[in-house]
Amino acid sequence: MMRTPQPGPTVVDAPTIARKAVPFDAGAFFRRYAALAGLIALLLFNFVWTPHFWSLQTLNVNLTQVATIVIVSVGMTLVIATGGIDLSVGSLMAISGALAPLIFLSPFGREHVALSNLLAFVVSIAAAGLLGAFNGWFITRFRVQPIVGTLVMFIAGRGIGQVLTNGNLQPFHNPTFQFIGLGRILGVPVQVIVMLVLVAVAAWMLRRTLFGRQILALGGNERAARLSGVPVDRVKRWVYAISGLCAGIAGLVVISINSSSDANLVGLGMELDAIAAVAVGGTPFTGGQASVVGSLIGALLIQLLRYTLLANGVPDAAALVVKGVIIAGAVWSQQRGKSA
Amino acid sequence: MSAETAKLPAATRPSRLAWAAQQRVLIALILLILFGALRYDHFLGAFNVLSVLRYNSMFALTSLGMCFAIMTAGIDLSVGTTAACASVVAAIFSPMGLLPGMLAGLGVGLAVGIVNGFMVARMKLLPFIATLSGMLMASGTGFLLAHNQSVSVSYDTDFTWLGQGDLLGFPVPAWIAGAAYVYGSLLLHYTSFGRYILAIGGNEEASRLMGLPVDRVIFWTYVQSGVLASLAGVILAAQFGAGQPAEGVGWELFSIAAVVVGGTLLTGGVGSVATTLAGVLLLGLIFNVLNFENGLGWISLSAYWQSVVRGVFLMIVVMAGSGAARRAIRSA
Repeated sequence: MMRTPQPGPTVVDAPTIARKAVPFDAGAFFRRYAALAGLIALLLFNFVWTPHFWSLQTLNVNLTQVATIVIVSVGMTLVIATGGIDLSVGSLMAISGALAPLIFLSPFGREHVALSNLLAFVVSIAAAGLLGAFNGWFITRFRVQPIVGTLVMFIAGRGIGQVLTNGNLQPFHNPTFQFIGLGRILGVPVQVIVMLVLVAVAAWMLRRTLFGRQILALGGNERAARLSGVPVDRVKRWVYAISGLCAGIAGLVVISINSSSDANLVGLGMELDAIAAVAVGGTPFTGGQASVVGSLIGALLIQLLRYTLLANGVPDAAALVVKGVIIAGAVWSQQRGKSA
Repeated sequence: MSAETAKLPAATRPSRLAWAAQQRVLIALILLILFGALRYDHFLGAFNVLSVLRYNSMFALTSLGMCFAIMTAGIDLSVGTTAACASVVAAIFSPMGLLPGMLAGLGVGLAVGIVNGFMVARMKLLPFIATLSGMLMASGTGFLLAHNQSVSVSYDTDFTWLGQGDLLGFPVPAWIAGAAYVYGSLLLHYTSFGRYILAIGGNEEASRLMGLPVDRVIFWTYVQSGVLASLAGVILAAQFGAGQPAEGVGWELFSIAAVVVGGTLLTGGVGSVATTLAGVLLLGLIFNVLNFENGLGWISLSAYWQSVVRGVFLMIVVMAGSGAARRAIRSA
C-alpha cells in the first residue's frame, strides 16, 4: 500500500502525455480500460450468439435491473473517493422502503393522497440521508474507521426497518408513487432516467465543483487537505449523507417494482454489489481518484455478464462464481494497467 | 493531535488502546452474565449455557479466522459463504462417516483459503476485494453442488455427533471451538508466525524490509481463516442435520463486529484471541438476554430488536474505545 504513489487531485501524470508520441499501446490501453473493453466484448458476443438480444425489451430489462445498483454506486463511488466505504446502504434502502408505505398507507395518507405521496418520497429519502449523515458524523466525530462506523448502521438499520414494519410484508397498489419504478418517459423506464441523471450530476460535481475537488483532495491525502484548508469533516459528512440519499432513492425504486415492501429483503447484499461495481469501474479503494461513469460501466458489465450466462443456459450459481472471478480479474488488470 | 501522538512511540499507543478495550469487553461480559444470572431463573442453568455455547461455537470459529486476518490489516469477507459451501460438501460426504465428512468440509475451506491467499499475497489485490470475490465463488460453488436446496446429512453414521453430541458434559462444537482458541492463543503468543502476523499488520513495508516472509505469512493467514470457517460449516451441517448453501449470509459482518468488540483494531498490528471469544459471547448473549426478557412478560420485544440492540452496542463499544483513545493520548 505504501508503494502506491499518492495522486493529487489533478491527475495529469507526465508519462501519459509523453506516451502520446509513441505508437498506440493496445495492451496497456485495454488493461487500463478493462471494464469498458469487457463490456463491449460482451455486447458483441451477445449480438452474435444470444437470440433476441438486439431488442428494446432486452435493453430495458437489463437497464431496469441494473438501475438500483448504479444509483447506490453513485454514492458509494463518492464515499470510496474519500478513502472510505459504506456498508450501510442496503440497510438504509430497507428503512426508506419501509417508511414510504407506512406513510401512504396510513389513515392520513389515504385521505390526502397527493400530499402523502409527496411526503412518502421526501420523508423516506430524507430519513435515509439523515442516517447517512449520522454515519458521517459518527466516523468524523469519533475518528472511527468507515468500515466499522457504517457496520453499526448495517446491523442496526435493517433492524430499525424490521421494527418499523414488525417484519411484515407491506403490499400496496399506488400507481402515482410507483411511477419511479414502473413508469416510463418516452419509452425509457423512469429509474433509468434517475440513474443517468444521478451519474451525470455526480460526474459533473466531481470534476467541476469545489465540493468535488475537495472530495478528491481529502481522499488523496487527508492531512494535506486539512492543512490546506479543506473542511475535511464537513465534506465527509456530506458524502456519507449523499450515499444515504442515493440508497433511499434506490429503496423506493425497489419497493415500487415489487409493489410491496419487505424490510427483511429490500437491499439485502446491496453494499457488496455496489462496492463490486465501483471496484470493477476502476475507482481505487485508496481514495483520491474516482470515476462515476466507471462505476456505471462496472455495474453494467456485471449485470450483462449475468444476463449473458443466464440467457445461454448457465445456472445462476455458476454465474456467481464467474462474477467473483470477474471482480478479481478486473481489479487485478487495472492494477497492472496503472503500474505498467 | 499529531504533536500529542508523536510523544508516544508508535508501537505502544495502539496496543495500549487495544489493551484497554480488551479489559472493557471482559468487564462488559461479566456484567451481562451477572445481570442475566440475577434477573432470570434459568439463565445459568445447564440447558441455556450449553445451548448458547453450542450455537455460538460456529461464530467463534469464523471470528477466530477473521481476527487473524484483521491483525494483518486485512479482512476476510468469505467466511460466511465458505461455511455454507463446506456444510454442503460435508453433508454430501457424511454417509461415509464422521471423518470423511469433516475432512471433505475442511477441504472446501482449504481451497477457498488458498484462492484468497493467492489473490491477496501474490496478485496483491486488496483483501476486501479479493475475499469479496472469494465469497461469491464459494457461494456459487455451494449452490451448484447442492442444486439450490438443502442437502440432508446422513443419520446412519456418527457425523451428527460433531454438532449434536456431548463430550464430558459439554457440547462437542464447544470443545472444537475451545481447542481452536487455545491453538490461536498459542500461535499468536508463542510462535514466530504469530509475531510476524502482528509485525506485518503494524507495518507491512518495515516487515518486508526486515526480511520477514510477508507474503507467505499473509497467504497462510487466509488459508487458516478458510479452514476455520469451513470447520464452522461442518458443525453447521452436523448441528442442523443439513448442508445449507443459503446459510452464512452476514456471518462475515457479525464476525467483524465480534472482533471489533473484542478490542482488535482494524488497522492491524494489535489483537487478542481471547477477547475475540468474549466479543462473540457478548454479541450472542445479547440475543439470549432479549429472549429471557421476553419470557418474563414485562415487555414484548420482537426478535427484530436484537439487531438494533447489537448495532447500538457496537456503537457504544466503538465510542468508548475512541474516548479511551483520547484519554490515553492526553495522559501520556
